[in-house]
Amino acid sequence: MNPELGNFALALACCLAAGQAILPLVGASRRDSRLMALAPALAVGQMLALATAFACLIHAAITNDFSVQNVAANSAVSKPLLYKITGVWGNHEGSVLLWALILSVCGGAVALFGRNLPSALQARVIAVLGGVAAGFELFCLTTSNPFARVWPAPLDGQGMNPLLQDPGLAFHPPVLYTGYVGFAVPFAFAIAALIEGRVDAAWGRWVRPWAVAAWCFLTCGIAMGSWWSYYVLGWGGYWFWDPVENASLIPWLTGTALVHSAIVVEKREALKIWTVLLAIGTFSFSLSGTFLVRSGILNSVHAFANDPARGVFILGLLALVIGGSLLLFALRAPQLTTGGLFAPLSREGLLVLNNILLCSICAVVLTGTMYPPFMSLLFGKTISVGKPFFDATTIPLAIPLMVFMGFGPMVPWKRAQMWPVLRRLWWAACISLLALVLATFRMREILPVLATAAAVWVIMSSMADIIERLRLFRQPLAQSWQRARGLPRAVFGAAIAHAGVGITVLGIAGMSQAAHRIVEVHVGQSEMLAGDSWTLTEVHPAEGPNYTALVATIEVRHNGRLVTTLHPSKRTFASQHQTTTEVAIHTNLMADIYGVLGDKHGTDADPTYVLRLHYNPLAPWMWLGGLIMAFGGALSLSDRRVRVGAPRRAKASDMAVAR
Amino acid sequence: MTRKSRRLWLVVACMIGLGSAAALTLSAFSSNIVFFMAPSQVQAKPPPADRTIRLGGMVVAGSVRRETVKDSPVAIFDVTDGQAAVTVRYEGILPDLFREGQSVVAVGTVNRDGTFRASEVLAKHDETYMPKEVAEELRRSGKWDPRFGKAPDAASWNTMTASDAAKKTATQTPDGN
Repeated sequence: MNPELGNFALALACCLAAGQAILPLVGASRRDSRLMALAPALAVGQMLALATAFACLIHAAITNDFSVQNVAANSAVSKPLLYKITGVWGNHEGSVLLWALILSVCGGAVALFGRNLPSALQARVIAVLGGVAAGFELFCLTTSNPFARVWPAPLDGQGMNPLLQDPGLAFHPPVLYTGYVGFAVPFAFAIAALIEGRVDAAWGRWVRPWAVAAWCFLTCGIAMGSWWSYYVLGWGGYWFWDPVENASLIPWLTGTALVHSAIVVEKREALKIWTVLLAIGTFSFSLSGTFLVRSGILNSVHAFANDPARGVFILGLLALVIGGSLLLFALRAPQLTTGGLFAPLSREGLLVLNNILLCSICAVVLTGTMYPPFMSLLFGKTISVGKPFFDATTIPLAIPLMVFMGFGPMVPWKRAQMWPVLRRLWWAACISLLALVLATFRMREILPVLATAAAVWVIMSSMADIIERLRLFRQPLAQSWQRARGLPRAVFGAAIAHAGVGITVLGIAGMSQAAHRIVEVHVGQSEMLAGDSWTLTEVHPAEGPNYTALVATIEVRHNGRLVTTLHPSKRTFASQHQTTTEVAIHTNLMADIYGVLGDKHGTDADPTYVLRLHYNPLAPWMWLGGLIMAFGGALSLSDRRVRVGAPRRAKASDMAVAR
Repeated sequence: MTRKSRRLWLVVACMIGLGSAAALTLSAFSSNIVFFMAPSQVQAKPPPADRTIRLGGMVVAGSVRRETVKDSPVAIFDVTDGQAAVTVRYEGILPDLFREGQSVVAVGTVNRDGTFRASEVLAKHDETYMPKEVAEELRRSGKWDPRFGKAPDAASWNTMTASDAAKKTATQTPDGN
C-alpha cells in the first residue's frame, strides 16, 4: 500500500511541477496576477507531495518491505536502523528522489521567504525551479523509480555496501545535495532576469543570500566528504582528485566567484552579465557533476550501476536545461545594460581579479577532469591525470588568489590609494614573511612553503581588517565594543570565511609534510615514526551486529610517556563477502595519529600483522577551516541588511517568517 | 584613468589569468599525465625509468610472494595480459579486494631490469568489477570476449591462443570455475 502511495505522490509532484513551470510564466507575461499567485501554492504543494513520497520510501526501508526492489537491493533485516534510513539515499534511485525533494524545498523556500520580491519575478523564479523539478521527477518516475516492486518478494535483502555503513554517510549526501541544488535558486533568478530583460542592484541583493546559503552547504558537504574519505577509506589521504570530488569542487569554485561578483552587482551595478552567466554556469556544473558521474561516463569509484536508458534521458535533460539556458543567455544578454568600468585598484577591481583567478582554477580542474574521458573517446588512449597534475596547476593559481584576498576587504569601493592600505597591513605582511622564513626551514618543496605564507597572510589580514574597523588598541575597549555592535555582521562573516580559507590551506600545507610507514610486526614489537614509538600490544577478535572483526591495540609513546592507545580493526561482512578497514585516529588538533590494521601473515602459532602508521600534521585544520568558512557565510546571512534591506511591501509582522 | 585604459586593464587581467592557467595546464600535461599500459606493451617498449605509468592486468594465480625488508612488508606478484607477464614489487598493504586471478591496476615505474615498482595498487571494491582499461586490453588481445561470460583464469593465459580463449569461455559454467 505504502509504496503505491509514494509512487502516486511522486507522480502528483511531477504534475504539480509541470503546472508550476507553465502557469506562472504565462501569468507573468500576461500580467495576470491570479495565474502568478498560483506559483507559491503549486511550489508548496509539490514540496509536500515529494515529502510524502520520501517518507513512504523511508517507511518501506524501516519496515523491511522487500517487495520494493530498491529496498531489497540495498537493505537487509540485520542492518542497523540508522543505516536503513540513510541507505535510502545511498543508491541511485533514492538519491535522485532526495535530489528532487531538495529542489522542491528550494521552490517552497522561494515561495515562503520570497514574498518581498516583485510578484512577476517571484512567479518566474518559481516557474524555472518547477521546470527543472518536473524534468528530474519524470526521470525518477520513468527510468529510476524507487518504488518499483519485485515479485516474488525475497525473504531478505541483499544488504548495503559496508563502506557506506557509516554515520558520515548519514549527513554527507544530503548536505552536499543541498549545496548543489541550492544553486538552482540563483540559476532560476538568472533565467527570470533574462526573461524580464532586467538586472539591477536589487536583483543582486535578492540573489546573493540564496547563493551564499547554497555555498555554505556545498562547503560543508565537500569538507564532510573529504573527512569521510579520510577516516573511512583508510588510505591516509583526504582528497583523491577523483572525478566525483572534482565535480563538487568545480561548482564550488564558480559558486565562490558568484558570491563575490553578486556583491559588485549589488553595490556598483556592474558585472551584471557576468554574474548572470556565473549563476547559470554554477548550476550547470552542479547538474552535470552529479549526473554525468552517476551515468558512468566518467570512470569513478562513486559511479552507481548504469543503464543506457538512464544515460540518454539524463543527457537529454542536461542538454535541455544547460543548452536552453545558454541559448536564452545568448539571445537576451546583449539587451542587458552594461555597468560602468572601474579602476584596477578598488574593491570591485579586486573582486574582478578574484573572479578571474577562481575561474582560471576552475578551468584547470575542469580540463584535468575531462581530458582523460575525451582522450579515450577520441583517440582510444587510456590515460589518467592525478594529484601531481592538479598540484602543479591549482596551487600556483591559488597563491596569488590568496595574496589578493588579503587586500580585498581593506580596499574601498570606486577608487583607492595603495599607501593607506599598505600602512594598515604592514604588520600582517611582516608576520607572513616570518612564516615564510620559518616554513623554509621546515619544508623542502617550494609550493607548500608559499602556501603556508599565503595562508598566514590571509588569516592575519582578515584579523587586520576587523581590528582596523573596530579601531582596536587605538581607542578604549568600550568604544571598540560599541563599534563592533554597530558593524554589519556581513563584515565579520567575510573576515571569518576568509580566515577559514587560510586555516584550510594551512592544514593542506601541513599534510604535505605527513609521514607514514608500513610495517610488518609481531605482537609486542615497537616501531618508530615521527619521534613516537608505536607498539602493537595485542590483537583480538570481536563480534558486531552484521560483521566479525579483528581488533588491534597499538600504544603510541613519546619519550616513554603514553600518548594514546589506538584500536584499528578489520571487519568482515559475511553477507557481502567484503572486508573493510576501520581506522583509529587520535587527534590533538595539531596533528593526527592515524593507525590502520592490514593483513595477518605468518603461521597461527607465530602471526605477524601488517600495520600502516601515519603522522598527519595539521590534518584537522582542513575540515575545521571548511566549517569556519561555512560559519562565516551563515553569519553574513544573518545580517540585518539581508533581512530588511531589500525593498519590500510586507509589514514587520511577517519578518519572523522571513528569518 | 580613461575608459579605454580601464577596459584594457580588464582585458589584460583576463588574458594573464587564463593564459597562466593554460600554460600551467600544458606544462603539467607534458610531465604529469599517467598512461595506462598492459604488460605486453611494457615488455615491447619499456617507458623511461622516471615515468609513472598505470600497469593493468590480471594477477597470475600462485604468483604472489611476500617478503619483509627492514620490517616493511613487500608483496611480489606477476601481472599478465595473456601475452606477457611483468613482475610487480609493492611495498605496502595490498587492498582488501586484491585476489590472485583477478584484475588489478598498479601505479608506479618500470625498473631497468623490466620489473615494476608499484607505489600504489588498486583493486575495486566489488568482486565482479574489472577496471575498464583492463577489460579493454583483454578484448583487444583476443583473450576474452565479454559476450561469452567471465574472464578466464589468469594462470592459463600465457598458454592460450585467442581462439582457445573464445572456445573455453563459451563452454564455461556461469560461476567461471
